[in-house]
Amino acid sequence: MIHFVLLISRQGKVRLTKWYSPYSQKERSKVIRELSGTILSRGPKLCNFVEWRGLKVVYKRYASLYFCMCINQEDNELEILEIIHHYVEILDRYFGSVCELDLIFNFHKAYYILDEVLIAGELQESSKKTVARLVATQDSLVEAAKEEANSISNIIAQATK
Amino acid sequence: MALSGMRGLSVFISEVRNCRNKEQERLRVDKELGNIRTRFKNEKGLTPYEKKKYVWKMLYIYMLGYDVDFGHMEAVSLISAPKYPEKQVGYIVTSCLLNENHDFLRLAINAVRNDIIGRNETFQCLALTLVGNIGGREFAESLAPDVQKLLISSSCRPLVRKKAALCLLRLFRKNSDILNVDGWSDRMAQLLDERDLGVLTSSMSLFVALVSNNHEAYWSCLPKCVKVMERLARNQDIPQEYTYYGIPSPWLQVKTMRALQYFPTVEDPSIRRALFEVLQRILMGTDVVKNVNKNNASHAVLFEALALVMHLDSEKEMMSQCVALLGKFIAVREPNIRYLGLENMTRMLMVTDVHEIIKRHQAQIITSLKDPDISIRRRSLDLLYGMCDVSNAKDIVEELLQYLGTADFAMREELALKAAILAEKFAPDLSWYVDVILQLIDKAGDFVSDDIWFRVVQFVTNNEDLQPYAALKAREYLDKPAIHETMVKVSAYLLGEYSHLLARRPGCSPKEIFSIIHEKLPTVSTPTISILLTTYAKILMHSQPPDPELQNQVWAVYSKYESCIDAEIQQRAVEYFALSRKGEALMDILAEMPKFPERQSSLIKKAEDTEADTAEQSAIKLRTQQQASNALVLTDHRPANGAPQVSQLGMIMVPSTSNVDQNVVDQPLTHSNGTLSVVDPQPPAQDHAPAGDILGDLLGPLAIEGPPGVSPQSELNNVPSHEGTLGANDALALAPVGDQESTVKPIGDIAERFHALCLKDSGVLYEDPYIQIGIKAEWRGHQGRMVLFLGNKNTASLDSVQAKILPPSHLKLDLSLVPKIIPPRAQVQCPLEVVNLRPSRDVAVLDFSYKFGTYLVNNRLRLPAVLNKFFQPIQVSAEEFFPQWRSLPGPPLKLQEVVRGVRPMSLGEMANLFNSLKLMVCPGLDPNACNLVASTTFYSENTRAMLCLIRIETDPADRTQLRMTVASGDPTLTFELKEFIKEHLVSIPTAGKPPAPVAQQPQPNIPPIASSDPGALLAGLL
Repeated sequence: MIHFVLLISRQGKVRLTKWYSPYSQKERSKVIRELSGTILSRGPKLCNFVEWRGLKVVYKRYASLYFCMCINQEDNELEILEIIHHYVEILDRYFGSVCELDLIFNFHKAYYILDEVLIAGELQESSKKTVARLVATQDSLVEAAKEEANSISNIIAQATK
Repeated sequence: MALSGMRGLSVFISEVRNCRNKEQERLRVDKELGNIRTRFKNEKGLTPYEKKKYVWKMLYIYMLGYDVDFGHMEAVSLISAPKYPEKQVGYIVTSCLLNENHDFLRLAINAVRNDIIGRNETFQCLALTLVGNIGGREFAESLAPDVQKLLISSSCRPLVRKKAALCLLRLFRKNSDILNVDGWSDRMAQLLDERDLGVLTSSMSLFVALVSNNHEAYWSCLPKCVKVMERLARNQDIPQEYTYYGIPSPWLQVKTMRALQYFPTVEDPSIRRALFEVLQRILMGTDVVKNVNKNNASHAVLFEALALVMHLDSEKEMMSQCVALLGKFIAVREPNIRYLGLENMTRMLMVTDVHEIIKRHQAQIITSLKDPDISIRRRSLDLLYGMCDVSNAKDIVEELLQYLGTADFAMREELALKAAILAEKFAPDLSWYVDVILQLIDKAGDFVSDDIWFRVVQFVTNNEDLQPYAALKAREYLDKPAIHETMVKVSAYLLGEYSHLLARRPGCSPKEIFSIIHEKLPTVSTPTISILLTTYAKILMHSQPPDPELQNQVWAVYSKYESCIDAEIQQRAVEYFALSRKGEALMDILAEMPKFPERQSSLIKKAEDTEADTAEQSAIKLRTQQQASNALVLTDHRPANGAPQVSQLGMIMVPSTSNVDQNVVDQPLTHSNGTLSVVDPQPPAQDHAPAGDILGDLLGPLAIEGPPGVSPQSELNNVPSHEGTLGANDALALAPVGDQESTVKPIGDIAERFHALCLKDSGVLYEDPYIQIGIKAEWRGHQGRMVLFLGNKNTASLDSVQAKILPPSHLKLDLSLVPKIIPPRAQVQCPLEVVNLRPSRDVAVLDFSYKFGTYLVNNRLRLPAVLNKFFQPIQVSAEEFFPQWRSLPGPPLKLQEVVRGVRPMSLGEMANLFNSLKLMVCPGLDPNACNLVASTTFYSENTRAMLCLIRIETDPADRTQLRMTVASGDPTLTFELKEFIKEHLVSIPTAGKPPAPVAQQPQPNIPPIASSDPGALLAGLL
């Protein structure tokens, strides 16, 4: 089971956090501090796993961003490593060669795309196509609501003219 | 890509990004938070769009690491918005900001349920996602049936059902009672027939959780899993979108094989054949390819297949294939594969006997111990530890020692412990063992626990051949310029006992030995000084005829410490001084230490315990336990008296305060560290020598009647030895057996264990040779849940087990049913629900009894459901503190007392004590640096959450008194809290007795407090 997901930039800025196990606010900050210290200082040619407080953190660096997922000791590390890549590929497809800036300004999208990939710290969907379709549906729902709102306000505006 | 339509948010993000430094950023964020707060206050004027925008901003600020302590309500309220965009924001932000323990979440349960049972598919998805990610017990109780319905409904589309499966998984983890096993096994089997791979992946995760909990109920699902594996391995009917770099869903493959590992065997021959065919294909057909992702994915599957083969084991041919593969992996450059190779090889050692094959790779594994990557070094260390046996122990331990010099801090402790254990377990000869441990202390003294050097002393004492060698080694180390204090301890001990064996060597005359040891005295801590004083006495005893010069030197030391503030040192100085004037008689009194009874190494036992503790429900570990059970029975074969394991040696050699306390507690009749009983020629031990403590009684104070004590003991006890290896000299070890018929003595100090558990939430509450009772507790507000772990340590079952709770009036305690019989080597868990009604210091008692053979054992144990468990530390700022403090004017809400006879401690120690009691020290609130202010929230049903404030004013001139002021909104709470803190300030928590009132506290070294009014004295300080 994945206990949490962290996206941290090379400068140690947090770009996304998702907690599937109950951590209090204080613990969350402590975890982030500890792990960014450990992971950002690791050299390039080392393995993608860090043993930490009886758990394991699987991480991978993409350009300036570190994607980290924390799992139990006995979980399959490589499987998680490829869940990270799976998520990155989906982001890439959605934003069109994604970069850190996309994730900063659209952090909320990163969240709801993640919600289509993972629930309860487990993989929910391994088809990129299906995820892309579901995210697009959500986007169109939001757009539709906006248009509707606009048109109503137009009507009101006109009516009260 | 700009944020569609939410300009305010984009602008805010840009502005934060443009801040040049942290300070600017904080200012900008604070401004925004202020803005949001005011907007939320007059909510009327807020459009849904604005509300949404502000909630997003909150999440962004939160993510930057700032505290967002308001607005949770607004986020939660968006969940019940009618339109999708607002609802979506509400769900996502709520599930990011809150965790399952948040009270706000309760408010949302109804709205979430409405969305789950509603007809709107997209709303269902949002609700299931939230519950799946942060749902807690309450969600499990109220929503599980609805979620189940969605999962098995034929009218729901896959996108809802896969979410329902994982949501149900979460709820099952929170409360495994929500699924009725009988009903679910059939449904689960149906779910595994699912064609949609998204739903199947999610269902398989759910299945893994179910089957790990209880595989018996799901046998019917086993063939289905094998079918899934076949389908994937042959790539039959797998849509293109579900292959990942050409591999049919590697994740589903991994999950399915994980599930199969929870079944003990696969019996049906045809299913078995089919499964092995698939596994064979995976083992043989996985090649290393260039594409890194493809490689990772295929190896993820391969490693899971390896684990499954290891589990099913029987096909010896495949096993050797696995070993060959792993051998290849640990030699590759690619760090991930090498890491996993090492990890899996260690696992393999646990399940099957492959030592001989793995030994071939020893050199390769040692290379990994020097890898630049600490993760790999850790794995390599674990593997070396696991593969070590008599044949390669020398090599491996020497490698470890060599590495210890350069190892990073994070690994040293583990490394030192493992080297010590291996050296002990597999020592080809004992002088080598002594060498290793001394080197260990030399190189990493800080990481060598007392247990390790105690053990060396035991070995040396019990092996006469070893004594001159060990003494000589110790002498050599003392020549080194700067040695670790532990080295001083062990050298001083060994030289005190055995330096006379070296007397003819240069530099080893009693005088020289004395002076080289005495050189170290100014640099060592109090407990070591006690050891040195004993050593001097022993040296003096061995220098016959007495050397007047040496005698004068030693006496000078003793007279210097006669007035030492430390009671232990003072006592020793006085007694040794008096003893050493007795001339010849000294020889009898301070004779050489007798042999120690054979016993299991506390180190090895510790290592076993920690392994057992961490054993969770992982398939591999379950398997290991099944396999290792024989081994455990063997190692458990120790003297039946169940003598205290850890500190025994300490007790014998060094009657230090803490160890003597243990004796005192168990037998109030014994000399309480008494001065007089030491010179008493009649050993008190024969009168009352219950198991386990006999060594303490005989030898505790100064080991005076060592050898003479042996003979009467051995006459009393002609019981054959348990170990079969003990000679007549070891009669001491047998002594307790005679007494054993009547009593079963606890291992360790019950009171000490209780006190430790008052400060932490898991640990051992009670242990004796037959049973161990452990506790794990969780506290939330005024409620708590404790689980008692009753573990039978024997190979026979324990009968008539009974446990009753005697609750104090302020606690509501509900203990679930305790089984009458605990099977051999089994552990049962009994949850205990605790509700705190009101503040009180009374303690709940567990009345516990069981029968083992003819013994009836009954114990009353205090349960650590004490006042501080219902505290929640809270940091208050000056702005919050002072108004509160002033608003509580005086008694009975605010009480003040001058406490005397305080255990002297520095302000830092006191702050630590307070923090460990969950009273949070708030530095900087009190302008006077000698004062200490702390705060906490207390929860009970009557008082609800109640803020408590504490101020301690100390007197730097006299640490034994202080003035304490405690305030809270409830008079009883104030009083109880005040008394509670007082108990902890005046008592020594390890003293073994329930916290005693001040007057009873023995404080020989504290001069009486001056009769002038202490209040007036303290007032001057303010």
